[in-house]
Amino acid sequence: MMLEIEMVGHSYAGHTALQDVNLEVAGGELLSIVGPSGCGKSTLLRCIAGLIRPAQGRVVLNGAQIDDVPDNLAVVFQDYSRSLLPWLSVRDNVALPLRRRGKPKAERRAAAEAALATVGLSGADGMYPWQLSGGMQQRVSIARALAYRPALLLMDEPFGSVDAQTREDLEDLILQVRGDGMTILLVTHDIDESVYVGDRVAVLSRAPGTVIADLQVDLPAKRDQITTRELPEFVHLRAEVGRLVRGGAPASQAS
Amino acid sequence: MSISVATRGQFRHGRRVLTAIAHRWLVLAVGVIAWEVGTRTATSAYFPPPSKIVARMHHLWFSGPIAHVFLTSAAEQNILPSLGRMALGLAASIVVGVALGLVLGRSERAFEYLDPVLQFARVIPPPTLVPIFIVLFSVGTQMQLASIIFSAIWPILLNTADGARSVDRLQMDISRVFKLSAADRLFTIIIPSTLPKIFAGLRLSLSLALILMVFSELLPGTANGIGFELVDAQSRSDLPTMWAGIVLLGILGYLLNGVLLLVERRMLAWHRTSHGADS
Repeated sequence: MMLEIEMVGHSYAGHTALQDVNLEVAGGELLSIVGPSGCGKSTLLRCIAGLIRPAQGRVVLNGAQIDDVPDNLAVVFQDYSRSLLPWLSVRDNVALPLRRRGKPKAERRAAAEAALATVGLSGADGMYPWQLSGGMQQRVSIARALAYRPALLLMDEPFGSVDAQTREDLEDLILQVRGDGMTILLVTHDIDESVYVGDRVAVLSRAPGTVIADLQVDLPAKRDQITTRELPEFVHLRAEVGRLVRGGAPASQAS
Repeated sequence: MSISVATRGQFRHGRRVLTAIAHRWLVLAVGVIAWEVGTRTATSAYFPPPSKIVARMHHLWFSGPIAHVFLTSAAEQNILPSLGRMALGLAASIVVGVALGLVLGRSERAFEYLDPVLQFARVIPPPTLVPIFIVLFSVGTQMQLASIIFSAIWPILLNTADGARSVDRLQMDISRVFKLSAADRLFTIIIPSTLPKIFAGLRLSLSLALILMVFSELLPGTANGIGFELVDAQSRSDLPTMWAGIVLLGILGYLLNGVLLLVERRMLAWHRTSHGADS
């Protein structure tokens, strides 16, 4: 197993966000983590990223416990407008993390431009993030992560702030760029999205969040927004995930 | 699409600025004309008409040879040393103020220890310290520089600290995730995001530096400078020269502020536009 999450728990000022979370992720897998709002999904992701240290349990990556941010890890955050640096051009934003890799400047630029081309933003190299639409900014943010060539890519509600059409395009972009052995963890509250994008779906309960189901997604690897979503397996699975997510949140249903 | 919106916004912004400038100059022109008419009819020795002040300024400072960019030797002996001291004092304030401000802003502990002291030091009116500086440093350039620095450093230092404290946490997370080096973190994240605050402080510091520049030259023991020329003219009851000095200071302050705004606009283009697009 590439990533092992063992009995992880965390709380903020008396509020228990996570409790006894156990998960295993194999190399090259795309795991969706879905759960109701406020179930600690983002906290779990930050623990895996090494940005916070869980109060209980541990996260093990390739056999080593995560204490600080591991190498070869990239994160795409929901808030693209804050996660991109407005004073750097799109190209420089993407190339910035490559500085540490000791590549010469020309190579960094080339790598950044290649990553931008992959996400469909070839012409935008010299522009600034705030000149782009929200969906395009999130593409830049994805390009920055891809150019870094991480072994593990974490995505925290990456499509939560874009419109429905853009969201579908970005979901397809993720399916298109995965491969090269990159392992992806995608946190979302969108049930359809978790099934559509994932190889596996882990369902978290309401806070304190814990894994209440771990479902295999038996859909063909090649997916598209129309036909995949009308497959009986898809419909069945999304219903099951939906029931689990709601079952974990009876109070929110009542309100 | 979003680009054309931005440019159109800039055009509209540009036209607004031009109209605003026209209005401002109009009021100034009317004011000067009224002053000219008023002083000519009153014929008071204490209030020479603006035309006479301008003629005196020209005669005193700007009637020099072309090789010296029309500066007279009096201008070179008084205006340039003043501006030199101000530039030096301001430069030292920026270097020390920004460096200390960054440390203070990024270190929780340093901030907690030093903030009360700094807030106290800041509210001391700098001119009251000038007598002490006269005793501490030798009269002249050293004392004058100390006075300028002690007044100009506070807005820069405190604004930098404030800006460095409020660097977006998500951007700091990004720098951790992508393992940016300490230098990259400082120069590509912390300083750029603090820059708008630094410039806000710099604008205040600039006017304080100008005030202390003149003030420190008004004291005995000064050998040159615009302030020295003012005091000298006063001792000779030369009112047109005194007025000329005052107008010169006004013009210098206006020009320096203009230069600063220009630099700020260039360096913070991202700030103005990205925030303009948000609202």
